[in-house]
Amino acid sequence: MFNNFFHKMASPKYFYGIAGSLIPWLAAGCALLFVAGLYYGLVKAPPDYQQGDSYRIMFIHVPAAWMSMFIYVVMAGAGAIGLIWHIKLAEVMAISSATIGAWFTFLALITGSIWGKPMWGTWWVWDARLTSELILLFLYLGVIALYNAIDDKRTAARAVAILALVGVINIPIIHYSVEWWNTLHQGPTVTKLDKPSIHLSMLIPLLLMAFAFKLYYAVVVLMRARCEVLERERHTVWVKELAETK
Amino acid sequence: MTLNEFFNMGGYAFYVWTSYGIALAVLLINVILPLRQRKKLLGDINRAAKRARRNTT
Repeated sequence: MFNNFFHKMASPKYFYGIAGSLIPWLAAGCALLFVAGLYYGLVKAPPDYQQGDSYRIMFIHVPAAWMSMFIYVVMAGAGAIGLIWHIKLAEVMAISSATIGAWFTFLALITGSIWGKPMWGTWWVWDARLTSELILLFLYLGVIALYNAIDDKRTAARAVAILALVGVINIPIIHYSVEWWNTLHQGPTVTKLDKPSIHLSMLIPLLLMAFAFKLYYAVVVLMRARCEVLERERHTVWVKELAETK
Repeated sequence: MTLNEFFNMGGYAFYVWTSYGIALAVLLINVILPLRQRKKLLGDINRAAKRARRNTT
């Protein structure tokens, strides 16, 4: 039965339908989490004793940065699955993730910069955390450019998967950059083995926003994957029939 | 907390609201782009299918 399920899910046509019916539910959950996260983050959480209200940028900066790394790992993982088992859908998920990952990386960098100005006195420093995150953005852009440069989508997907896999080395570098090098950026307060060194009133909105971002990614990656499936399957009967009824 | 205090963000209004504004823009863009792409794709595929049918008959 499970085999049957995976077989069906890997078929672009079933994927298109199932993804289409999942999206509204995921979007509703995402909206609820955003409302709760924003309420607790902007209204309920007290100002920081050192940073005042400027620390509220954290509620988008940190989830965006987490997502930038999470999506990269998903992209490389899906790329590897496509490479090894030649599953079309894995290729589709990998390339659909790339653009969204690039946007989250951009968001993490720009909100970090806006937070850095009042707290560090500068928009940008070439320190390890910031530089490795900037390299992550270039890796994403490289993946997108390479995919668009090759006409045959299956060859392109294979090339992109290899590039993405090589770039995975950057992920632990980003995470440990604040420990390995002297840096302006603060160390981890949540993602460490010890107890999180952040008060519950700030941790709750942070986690709510993190889950909201995760669901948001699920929604938009499925939307993009559906487009990619349509594009790749445009000469099949089911896509032509679908286009006619719209 | 008054509404004024809320918008003032302890003097950090510019930084906080710029960040949240950019975040909102990024989140919206990533929903709008695939919606528009899907509409365009379905239209293109439909037109191509009609053209092909006209050429064969």
